[in-house]
Amino acid sequence: MKVQLKIRRFNPETDQKPWWGSYEVEAEPTDRVLDALHYVKWYLDGTLTLRRSCAHGICGSDAMRINGRNRLACKVLIKDLGPHITVEPLLGLPVIKDLVVDMQPFMAHYRAILPYLVNDGPSPTAERLQSIEERDRFDDTTKCILCACCTTACPSFWARPDYIGPAAIVQAHRFIFDSRDQADEERLAILAEPNGVWRCRSIYNCTEACPRGIQVTQAIAEIKKEMLVRRT
Amino acid sequence: MIHKYDAVIVGAGGAGLSAALQAAQHLRVAVLSKMYPVRSHTGTAQGGVCAALGNHEEDSPEWHTFDTIKGSDYLADQDAVKIMCYEAVDSVYELEHMGLPFNRTEDGRIAQRPFGGHTNNVTKQPVRRACYAADRTGHMILQTLYQQCIKHNVTFLDEYQVIDLLVEEGRTRGVVALEIATGDLHVFHAKAVMFATGGWGKVWQITSNAHSLTGDGPAIAMRRGIPLEDMEFFQFHPTGIYRLGILITEGVRGEGGVLINKDGERFMERYAPTIKDLASRDVISRAIYLEIRAGRGIDGKDYVYLDVRPETVNKYFDLDGKKNPDGTPRRITPADIEAKLPDIADFTRTYLGIDPVSQPIPVQPTAHYAMGGIPTDTWGRVLLDGVKTVLPGFYAAGEVACVSVHGANRLGTNSLLDILVFGKRAGIDMVRYCKESDFAPLPKEPEAFARQQLEALRSRPVGSERMADIRRQLQQTMMDHVGIFREGPGIQQAVDTIAELQARYQQTGIQDKGRCFNTDLLEAWELGGLLDIAQATAVAALNRTESRGGHYREDYPKRDDQQWLKHSLIFRNNGKLELRYKPVTILDYPPTERVY
Repeated sequence: MKVQLKIRRFNPETDQKPWWGSYEVEAEPTDRVLDALHYVKWYLDGTLTLRRSCAHGICGSDAMRINGRNRLACKVLIKDLGPHITVEPLLGLPVIKDLVVDMQPFMAHYRAILPYLVNDGPSPTAERLQSIEERDRFDDTTKCILCACCTTACPSFWARPDYIGPAAIVQAHRFIFDSRDQADEERLAILAEPNGVWRCRSIYNCTEACPRGIQVTQAIAEIKKEMLVRRT
Repeated sequence: MIHKYDAVIVGAGGAGLSAALQAAQHLRVAVLSKMYPVRSHTGTAQGGVCAALGNHEEDSPEWHTFDTIKGSDYLADQDAVKIMCYEAVDSVYELEHMGLPFNRTEDGRIAQRPFGGHTNNVTKQPVRRACYAADRTGHMILQTLYQQCIKHNVTFLDEYQVIDLLVEEGRTRGVVALEIATGDLHVFHAKAVMFATGGWGKVWQITSNAHSLTGDGPAIAMRRGIPLEDMEFFQFHPTGIYRLGILITEGVRGEGGVLINKDGERFMERYAPTIKDLASRDVISRAIYLEIRAGRGIDGKDYVYLDVRPETVNKYFDLDGKKNPDGTPRRITPADIEAKLPDIADFTRTYLGIDPVSQPIPVQPTAHYAMGGIPTDTWGRVLLDGVKTVLPGFYAAGEVACVSVHGANRLGTNSLLDILVFGKRAGIDMVRYCKESDFAPLPKEPEAFARQQLEALRSRPVGSERMADIRRQLQQTMMDHVGIFREGPGIQQAVDTIAELQARYQQTGIQDKGRCFNTDLLEAWELGGLLDIAQATAVAALNRTESRGGHYREDYPKRDDQQWLKHSLIFRNNGKLELRYKPVTILDYPPTERVY
């Protein structure tokens, strides 16, 4: 089928401001949007710039705004979008070139929540024990691939880039509810600050955007609830 | 710009991060990666990492060692395999202590599942050895190691593409890297350099590998006179999603899934009567091709079904007499599939519109893993010849390296183990080396060779041909002639085609002439490496006139220990390739016939 691709372009070395490039691509309905973007890059315009790697929704490189929604270009098929496809860089992060945004602010928020297991107790010679139920408690949030689809879909983040954002909260959730971790108090304190969880207005854009199907808004709500429970 | 670090690690997958965790405690270390570390291909590994914990049933590192050597078709170096399989147990516990969320048994221990080629050496039946976190074990390993690196303040330089290795007068002096965002070249002056750059599946058309897996590390090393070992051995994983090549973990068969031909027959019974669908990967990939050749592919096409529907699985559990530890018949439910294989279900639903609970999955073999690579000893030190001469200060670990623990065919899960064990050992030895050594001075104009390569690509006029055409032809040629089945004239044709493509590559330009985030330039540069790697692979494959593990010659269908129980080393001198050989280290397990 013929597909009309409209791509938001910007090259800081040559462009004063962003512009829309239009490209016609022949594609199979079962092709990924990434395949169509590759066709443009490889055969029509080598200057088109994007990040990508695994091409099956695991590495998280090719998050972008596709027909107005944050998606991984490798995880959405042409047939699900039809013949008119609009592709833009993620919102809320500075554009470096075309579909490539600066991920450093996003990664800084991630680093702020102590994204590692803290357990200063002596390590046993074998594994620490954890029941199946304890392990299930944080299963959903271990799926996060840090693609930034959720955070850059969040109006609260667009309004205030200092807001730590859903991805960092998801990562915090993964440790706060891990029975082996001992830094839940510190993480909850970080998330209780003005740019923490209370900036979330439960708009659910993050949950809709997550390519891993994580219940992001629910994870944020669980943290809010945990704060309230512990305060009383 | 010149930077100075004790050690530079190139690549931020499991091997690079494992090394960084060791080295950064004692040295000034920088980790350079062409992507953000969490994008690394370790993250796509699915099924598990093997260690003989024995959490469900009796197991031992000794059995793991034997299985790995048998799986390798006796080409693995047995000293290295022994180290890996015995250190596996502590490596997995260490990951758990770092926070890795393994699935759990009823009594709270790490859960384990069966995997291809891993057996109880007494009963010969599959053993539960693969420690797993659903079907995203690699994702959890990558995340956990990266988390620990953050905790330990490891320095990362993200989106730096290493272009050249600085070696002079037999000593390592650093690397030259392109900062992708700015197009600036940076010189990293270092005592030690480690390559952990991963594999090169992009040499083939159908592959499970990421677009990033273009063999940059070995291509750079070969240009600097360092040999590559066992390049003819590349693994085709039996179950890639039809046409896309996306990996469907062996864990599906570990949970009971079976391969089915168009007659509805579970054909692995004929090829591997004892462990059937859990035979090693080379055996199963060949069996699938033979079924297809015999006209028994689905609809006569070039794929078969992987069937994990509960009714199918439970039927074969009964036929095989599979029991739970308490003696009740083993069963799988739709809920088990959702819980233990959620990503697989997601892939088949997304890309095929197929629900694995109610429909079989169309699969075909997919280029998956490089057994060969940069030769190293068991401390990750790069070796220059067949008599263990070390290149001081240069290290490699993970898929890019050839220790060799995988020999002619790797067992499933052993790649994750390899990156943990040998990544860590390389890190430990870099600390020792850097404490004992001074900085060797930088060469004059250290960035000259890197700049020359990039400027040559940038300055060539854009002709009628595209880099993408060359890449596509390369991948097709390698698929057709240097794939699962090979024979002399076909491989020779591939060698000739590659030479022609290399010549055309020299005439082909790129469109993006800019500096900022120029991926047109980087893809073109990567293609140069892919061509070199493909050439080394084809030449090594042509020379080895036997069949062993992943290298199957239809014109030489038998393993020939008399002539070929040896590793190949391929050198590139002034554009010409030269092959030499070195012996295999055999300790406790002399080669015998390999039957599953």
